[in-house]
Amino acid sequence: MALINVENVSFSYDKKIKALKSVSLSVERGEYIAVIGHNGSGKSTLAKLLNGLMIADDGEIIVDGLSVREKKNLFEIRKRVGVVFQNPDNQIVASIVEDDVAFGPENLGIPRKEIGERIDFALNAVGMTEFRKSSPMRLSGGQKQRIAIAGVLALMPKVLVLDESTAMLDPKGRQEVLSVVKKLNKEKGVTVIAITHYMEEIVDADKVIVLDGGEIKMAGTPEEIFARRKELKDIGLEVPLSSFIAQKLIDLGVPVENVLTEDGLVEALCKL
Amino acid sequence: MKELTFGQYYPQQSFVHKLNPSVKILLVIAYVVAVFLVKQFHFLGFAACFLVLIIATICARIPFFRILKSIKAVIFFIVLSAVIQIFFNKNGTPLWENGFITDQGLLSAAYIFCRIVLVVMGASLLTFTTSPVEIADGIEMLMYPLKWIKVPVHEFALIMSLALRLIPDLLDETDRIIKAQKSRGAEFESGNLFKRIKALVPVLVPLLIGSFRRAGSLADAMDARCYAGSKKRTRYKRLTVSYRDLLAFILIAGLVAGVVLLNGFYVLL
Repeated sequence: MALINVENVSFSYDKKIKALKSVSLSVERGEYIAVIGHNGSGKSTLAKLLNGLMIADDGEIIVDGLSVREKKNLFEIRKRVGVVFQNPDNQIVASIVEDDVAFGPENLGIPRKEIGERIDFALNAVGMTEFRKSSPMRLSGGQKQRIAIAGVLALMPKVLVLDESTAMLDPKGRQEVLSVVKKLNKEKGVTVIAITHYMEEIVDADKVIVLDGGEIKMAGTPEEIFARRKELKDIGLEVPLSSFIAQKLIDLGVPVENVLTEDGLVEALCKL
Repeated sequence: MKELTFGQYYPQQSFVHKLNPSVKILLVIAYVVAVFLVKQFHFLGFAACFLVLIIATICARIPFFRILKSIKAVIFFIVLSAVIQIFFNKNGTPLWENGFITDQGLLSAAYIFCRIVLVVMGASLLTFTTSPVEIADGIEMLMYPLKWIKVPVHEFALIMSLALRLIPDLLDETDRIIKAQKSRGAEFESGNLFKRIKALVPVLVPLLIGSFRRAGSLADAMDARCYAGSKKRTRYKRLTVSYRDLLAFILIAGLVAGVVLLNGFYVLL
């Protein structure tokens, strides 16, 4: 059975405009899923439904066999689905890094000694061990967001949901966060659902879901999605430049298949 | 703005800094009690308090002038109370014939002066050596017994630490809003008091709305991390009591005892 099953889920904030219209998807263990769409596509709504911060009007969301609709399941579901939000400043609760990371495990009622081990693990996983005793205020945006990820990791979730967690960061910070997330997925087997509006961020995903106007417009591998450049353009999404060039080259008869990144393009061109 | 440490915390590795904050708070209270126990005109008692303060400052490795400077904030209050004593105290004998300044008045002024100065310096030694976060932790620990009468200690402590955590962010935001409004031609530095207060409205309104929004997303983030109140919650941070606290306790206990003894001693005289 899939780790997360979303079936025909609809949601509206004001009973008039539907933020999500009958969305269905499933997430398998260990998968890296990217959800992309521009503002108002319903992607952040989806994130909040997955761990029960909001409850769907219609449809069913099942996490690890637990229904999000049941209030008594929420604690267990939030333990399994960790969400990292957009603004790092608004999700750090303590004035010292280790206290912030400890917040989640404290809520779970974990014994003190084990909390210490979890802090070690989480900070190590995001490469922030040396900042354990620092104040988050003095860190850069990328570092703060890594602390926020560590705070969620300390709950030992099965799924890590990133709700536009890179949107407020500079390119360097974005790169830091993305490489940490990729590493977690590949090395620690954490299932990742990355919600974003940057096309560059979906190239590493196993599966991409394109949302527009609250509906799933496309789903498939990054290669499949990038190949549908025209349709993407219609809903306001631009494929990355390297992918665009590759597509043009293919149209001209140059065999550069499955190019997603700049490095990939260079490699494909050198092989010719 | 980012580096702003509000309050007057003076980071240092010292004996006093390492004291358990709740013990430190209690000891400062005991010290203040000792200062107030000193009976009128028993200046030896003040000398004892001052000696203890000097010892503590040396142990805290804080330059003494910094502690002295803390008086600046209340200097007006001190001078005012001293002046009132000098001019309005009618007890005792006048210093000059028909003069209205009496010896008692001068002594009372000195007495009040010593009292306030010693209390303020003692209290500022606490804020110099204890960060606001530590003070919040200390207060939480001191309030712990109140749990017995169903006071939501954990919630209070959380509110306190969240507030401390958000102050720098809000200062940042205020700064940003002021700059934004200035760039649209808002005037903050000119005009009379009334005009200046009015000029603050376009700053306060966005700030207020912004902080509500901030609070909302912070609440979401806390929910997402399984926050469910104090029930079955554990605590990672633990405040320990060490030999240092015992030593400091002995010093302050000695002070209180000394002051009480001195009071008795004066009676014998």
